[in-house]
Amino acid sequence: MSQSDHAHDPHGHDHHDDAPHSTFKGYMTGFVLSVILTAIPFWLVMAGVIQDSGMTALVILGFAAVQIVVHMIYFLHMNFHSEGGWNMLALIFTAVIVFIALAGSLWVMYHLNVNMMPGLMKEYL
Amino acid sequence: MSEITHDTLAGSAEDGQRLQFHETTEHHPETGTLLGFWIYLMSDCLIFASLFATYGVLGRAYAHGPTGQELFDLPLVAMNTTLLLLSSITYGFAMLRMQMGKLGGVMVWLAITGLLGAGFLGLELYEFHHLITEDAGPGRSAFLSSFFALVGTHGLHVLFGIVWLVTLLFQLKKHGLIAENRRRLFCLSMFWHFLDVVWIGVFTFVYLMGVLP
Repeated sequence: MSQSDHAHDPHGHDHHDDAPHSTFKGYMTGFVLSVILTAIPFWLVMAGVIQDSGMTALVILGFAAVQIVVHMIYFLHMNFHSEGGWNMLALIFTAVIVFIALAGSLWVMYHLNVNMMPGLMKEYL
Repeated sequence: MSEITHDTLAGSAEDGQRLQFHETTEHHPETGTLLGFWIYLMSDCLIFASLFATYGVLGRAYAHGPTGQELFDLPLVAMNTTLLLLSSITYGFAMLRMQMGKLGGVMVWLAITGLLGAGFLGLELYEFHHLITEDAGPGRSAFLSSFFALVGTHGLHVLFGIVWLVTLLFQLKKHGLIAENRRRLFCLSMFWHFLDVVWIGVFTFVYLMGVLP
């Protein structure tokens, strides 16, 4: 095996901070966005803006989802190319499992309560 | 990381047609620490997912005891959320100082982050103490058991984050911004911001939705 067989790594290994490079602007954007996305749900609930509870719940869950994405991008620096994409792959995999665990538990336990112990439901609550 | 190139049988291979069994496009980090730590955080995420699911199932099982609407003090939760959010941005400032190579700035911002985290923990302990003295401890109902399990686990994470942060302050003081300490700062950064992400779920799913009629 001769030297010429080695393909040269275009990036080089001289700086081994493979971690993302963060900027003041990035952090401030993330911070301002999360302050807004936190303040609105608190205001919606504390001032009782929307009468319907189910609707309020949906709206604040939406705000939470957006804020989680904002934190992922601006604070945790998630993107599709850090660590060769493995970070994102692990995140997507975890999101799927988390969704199954949450939705599955709520679904199964709700139906168990309704179908298996209808008389006890009032006592239980 | 090994670069393996494999010649086909000597003589039969033409130049430029050699088989290559290594990636030429992807850049791998020197160590897999950051990726490994990320995987750990993802597994931690699953712990929180199961606690959230438990709370989701039991969150309205009051057993004739106090409800979230009666117990939760939203201004206190807003205060707690503010502290945690501020600590996220101050940690960000510490990371920016680290990029500039300013040790003093890193340590000051880290210390401020730690104080904000301690303030968060203090308020949470005050809330827990208040609940327990009002006969709304974890043994009162399934709702309160799952509440204490979820919020308490998050609080424990913050506590360990603070322990780690203080340890890191001593290491920074002793060794400065060496490669190992920079790696540790990156890992704690992920841990700290991750806890903030979990808290978004907690204040939305537990507190805000808990007081809805």
